[in-house]
Amino acid sequence: MKENRPVKIKVEDLVLIFGKNKENALQMLKEGSIKKEILSKTQCTVGINQANFEIYEGEFFVIMGLSGSGKSTLLRCLNRLIEPTSGNVYVNGDNITRKSHRELLDVRRTEMSMVFQKFGLLPHRTVLENVAFGLELRGEDKETRETKAQQAIDTVGLHGFERQSPAQLSGGMQQRVGLARALTNDPEVLLMDEAFSALDPLIKTEMQDELLGLQNKLKKTVVFVTHDLDEAIKLGDRIVIMKDGIIEQIGTAEEILTNPATPYVEAFVKKVDRKTIITAGTLMHEKPTHVRFGKDGPEGTLRKMRSTGLDVLPVVDEQNTFLGFVWVADAVQCANRQEKTVESILLTNVPTVSIEVTVEEMLPLITATRSPIAVIDWDSKRLLGIVSQNSVVIEATRFNEQEITKLKEHANNS
Amino acid sequence: MEKTIDIGQYVAIAVKWLMANLRPLFDFIKTTGNAGIESIEWVLVSVPFYITIALFTAVAWKYAGKRIATFTLLGLALIYLMGFWEETMQTLALIISSTVIALIVAVPLGIWSAKSQTAQRIIRPLLDLMQTMPAFVYLIPAVLFFSIGKLPGAFATIIFAMPPAVRLTALGIQQVPGDVLEAARSLGATQKQILFKVELPLALKTLLTGVNQTILLSLSMVVIAGMIAAGGLGEKVLEGINNLDIGLGFESGLSVVILAIILDRITQAFGNKGLN
Repeated sequence: MKENRPVKIKVEDLVLIFGKNKENALQMLKEGSIKKEILSKTQCTVGINQANFEIYEGEFFVIMGLSGSGKSTLLRCLNRLIEPTSGNVYVNGDNITRKSHRELLDVRRTEMSMVFQKFGLLPHRTVLENVAFGLELRGEDKETRETKAQQAIDTVGLHGFERQSPAQLSGGMQQRVGLARALTNDPEVLLMDEAFSALDPLIKTEMQDELLGLQNKLKKTVVFVTHDLDEAIKLGDRIVIMKDGIIEQIGTAEEILTNPATPYVEAFVKKVDRKTIITAGTLMHEKPTHVRFGKDGPEGTLRKMRSTGLDVLPVVDEQNTFLGFVWVADAVQCANRQEKTVESILLTNVPTVSIEVTVEEMLPLITATRSPIAVIDWDSKRLLGIVSQNSVVIEATRFNEQEITKLKEHANNS
Repeated sequence: MEKTIDIGQYVAIAVKWLMANLRPLFDFIKTTGNAGIESIEWVLVSVPFYITIALFTAVAWKYAGKRIATFTLLGLALIYLMGFWEETMQTLALIISSTVIALIVAVPLGIWSAKSQTAQRIIRPLLDLMQTMPAFVYLIPAVLFFSIGKLPGAFATIIFAMPPAVRLTALGIQQVPGDVLEAARSLGATQKQILFKVELPLALKTLLTGVNQTILLSLSMVVIAGMIAAGGLGEKVLEGINNLDIGLGFESGLSVVILAIILDRITQAFGNKGLN
């Protein structure tokens, strides 16, 4: 997918190797050896294997993988909490990996903040002092610190808890403190490491929604690590799927679900509830055979139906504006009546959707009608494609066409 | 059996060499050290007993509660009435100075050994040695370096009482949760900021347990140090032993116990309140 948005973070050939014999391992890696070989020959573990990707400004970027996949390690390479073995990380075009210790501290203090799974709060300090901690490290005076911290506290909905100690708060509340602490520094990038994984499901959902709201408002670039695919799909503009330190696929949730790049990704996404993710745009049959109103009469329509084997066709005008559907039985009668146009048999009361409507939202549209769904450009009303009822049912149920036919026969016979 | 390996000989040679070559240093340490201990002692002895008792009771009340405060009041009054007030204050002065110096050495050592594997590998066996060597043995180099008196008493006490403070400081710092450290680093904290704003505050409770242990070990050692004329309750205990005076032995011993309990309970209370 081509993107015109400015790149915020660029990761280039990033490699991380754990162990003593790093040079040899790196050499082997570059020559294409796999993790196992390198481990047996050099006793080194490959944490991240030549990662390359770009994160756009204001993007919600999710790094997703199971434990041991290297996702948290990758995140820590972005602010060098873990030193990468080789490769580059650019933030705003600035090479982070080349920075001196002093410059790196500045980056951490101003450009990137991090939120942790276990919160990482200071137990001996109040909520306000915790939130102001980053500014304190930066050397700002007490007044500025507290004003800014108070703003962040209000932003995450912790007003009234300023003087409490973290231990007095629930997990969800503690993570709000963690988030507020990260926001207080007003960074351009938020790094979040399994930030909601320690929370119970209800609180988790609530925090996810609030984070999305915040992200909408503040337009930060967020890099979010999770092992939960549902969370990744819910939050991420784009998702990276990692396994054994290797990036298996990068793409939007829909791209990954509809077009898994590797068997691993395929197996991984199998269990996902696709109804809410797959859209009309993916499902539609593009540039369908159609009837041109005014040009094609009933005879022409029947000819097109015969050649395609379809018993229903969409009708459009000269501007390709969608008008409705015609059915084969009607067309036969119409032809018998010697009519010149299909006007009398054109069904206009049919479901139309725009391209981003999901399968879940299309399901109700196919009840009480035999009609396929027309996918149109909502502004110009131009026809983009057709979604058959069958394909909606297939996506929603994961039965294939034959199974559906079988089920129907069985139901009708009994 | 005949002696085939004579390590003691080399230790003796080393100590002799130190004595011969570092004499001025030892003399300097002795003079300043003695002056320090004696000034603390002078303050403690010259403050009227009732003020000291009241002060201790008040501190105990504030930090350790009513029961400990009552015990402090009655205990110190008993010591006074038994006629051991001055000796007790001398002992207290020795404990305070030994503990302070032990901590000044122990805390940085503890921090160092928590942060460096190499340091830990060197320091740990040394601590084991210092803790298991019979306490009396320390009196020998103390006397050789500083002859007899209060400072050698303090010297032996410091060596004997330091290990738990080193160990517990290291433990406290190692116990600081990784995520808290990582959070501080992610916000751009320097090593120094991490030490003073994160590690030490979080290690405080454990560190105060170390202080408590050091004080109690100091107390047991200053009694032994009575043997080299360090003064205080130790000398009274020794007098009781030498004269087989069961009465004197019991009374001075009881005073040590009372002092120990008071110091222990109050410092423990500090430790528990450390985090709040």
